[in-house]
Amino acid sequence: MITAQPKLLEPRSNNRIAVERRSAPAIDNSPVVFDLEDVEVFYGAFRAVRGVSMKVHEKQITAFIGPSGCGKTTLLRAFNRMHDVIPGARVAGKLQYHGIDLYGDDVSATEVRRRIGMVFQKPNPFPKSIYDNIAFGPRVNGVKGKAELDVIVEKSLRAGALWDEVKDRLKASALGLSGGQQQRLCIARTIAVEPDVVLMDEPCSALDPIATARIEELMRELKNRFTIVIVTHNMQQAARVSDRTAFFTAELDSKNDQRTGILVEYDATAKIFSNPTDERTENYITGRFG
Amino acid sequence: MNGRLAHDALRAKHSWRSTKSVLMSGLMLLAVVAVAIPLVAILWSVIERGAGIAFEDFPAFFTNEIPLVSRRSGPGMGPAIVGTLLVTGGATLLAVPLGILGAVYLHEYGAGNKFAKSVRFMATVMTGVPSIVMGLFVYILWTMRFGYSAFGGSLALACLMLPVVIGSTEQMLRLVPSHLREAAYALGASKSRTIVTIVLPAALPGIVSGCLLAIARAAGETAPLLFAVGAASAFNTSLFDEANTALSVQIFGNATSSFVAAQDRAWGAAFTLVTLTFLVTLVARIITARFALKR
Repeated sequence: MITAQPKLLEPRSNNRIAVERRSAPAIDNSPVVFDLEDVEVFYGAFRAVRGVSMKVHEKQITAFIGPSGCGKTTLLRAFNRMHDVIPGARVAGKLQYHGIDLYGDDVSATEVRRRIGMVFQKPNPFPKSIYDNIAFGPRVNGVKGKAELDVIVEKSLRAGALWDEVKDRLKASALGLSGGQQQRLCIARTIAVEPDVVLMDEPCSALDPIATARIEELMRELKNRFTIVIVTHNMQQAARVSDRTAFFTAELDSKNDQRTGILVEYDATAKIFSNPTDERTENYITGRFG
Repeated sequence: MNGRLAHDALRAKHSWRSTKSVLMSGLMLLAVVAVAIPLVAILWSVIERGAGIAFEDFPAFFTNEIPLVSRRSGPGMGPAIVGTLLVTGGATLLAVPLGILGAVYLHEYGAGNKFAKSVRFMATVMTGVPSIVMGLFVYILWTMRFGYSAFGGSLALACLMLPVVIGSTEQMLRLVPSHLREAAYALGASKSRTIVTIVLPAALPGIVSGCLLAIARAAGETAPLLFAVGAASAFNTSLFDEANTALSVQIFGNATSSFVAAQDRAWGAAFTLVTLTFLVTLVARIITARFALKR
């Protein structure tokens, strides 16, 4: 619970990014949702990410930052088994979700994805009506009654901060919405199935600053109900919205000339942006690299 | 010039490049005209010579039986219309579901495996098999045992349509963007659910186009029907029993006859066939528009 009024930390240098002070104690007490131990992701023989160990906590926003090609998105997609559909992609190591091995033999990827939803970089509404976009997930989960669906659609669109803009044209094509509206629709669609976790893969990178601000506001609201993991290229965004931040970078393997993503530092967002432990993090957030 | 543009800086420059542009545009226009000429000529001659015959004493041409003695003038292509609908309809019912399911397997499930690759190869080869060979194949396999019937024709046409339907459907499935599939997967939809509710509807207009092309081609096929269907001149509404006939077969038979009356009936039949194909296309388009995803 965040009750304190947001305050800006004293910037240590002009390059530093201002971070809102958060109630630090809550951070470590909240239960663990994802527990990663030495997780690696491969595309065929190519190792895209290696040796990631971290814990993602419940009802917090965890941000992944780092330069391009450092495996943030790749790791995020391992969280809801989106790699299953890519031929040759493989996840190694231990990735536990509420204590259950996500890649265990009897774990179904569809069941996993019903609980762990995902919002993509590019808004990707179905070429269907706004209503049918939201209702798709609930229908997949067996909700049939029209009255019940109506309630879910309204609730989800309200939660997605889109209801007032679209309530009069629910039957219109979702592709007629603006980019920012489409992305909020995708968020509403994701939360319509009442997931436990919402993964967001650079959800604002295709949006203008105003649409971005709306989505960030939305994320802060959604945090009360869901655990959120967000990949972002925008450090200010990570600083603004997240409770914890993980900094990744890519390491060049001199043997085979391939770049593999590694987790450099993972800590409370305030700590990462004000007093990072690792020099590489410091260089990145101050803009000296990346 | 004090930083201002020279007066003719933005004026088009006459160079070899602009000449080439004009030349190529002209050539393209010429190509369009060259393509349009036979198209318009065919349509025009079919309408000019066929429409009058088809609509004389309306609806006699569409409902009367075909005169047994071909030199006798007068209307009658009813049995051929029924036959064409039966034969082509049967072929469509056989080839379209099978072809679409096959393409879904090839693209969605069999991607990369050896079996799918060999099936795809065989389908491609089948596209090139002459229709008369297909007729012969059905003649030996079906007609020699069960005799002439509309269904024999359906079988032969289905064999011709199948590779076209498979090929065009697979092409359309390939065009469905992967981010739509990912969105469905991320909501917990299974693969089969994603295919049925997202992928197929997204590809539907293209799939329908491919199927229509196959149907239109099949409706005009003559050679395989000569083997399998026969050339009856009375109504036969049964799919499986007795010889039947089709518009294409009647066009062939009557057009090659030496009697003017028969030749007229061939023109009428040609007009009817073109109109029928056009109507089927129109109806299919309207239905597709209902089911297609919103753009």
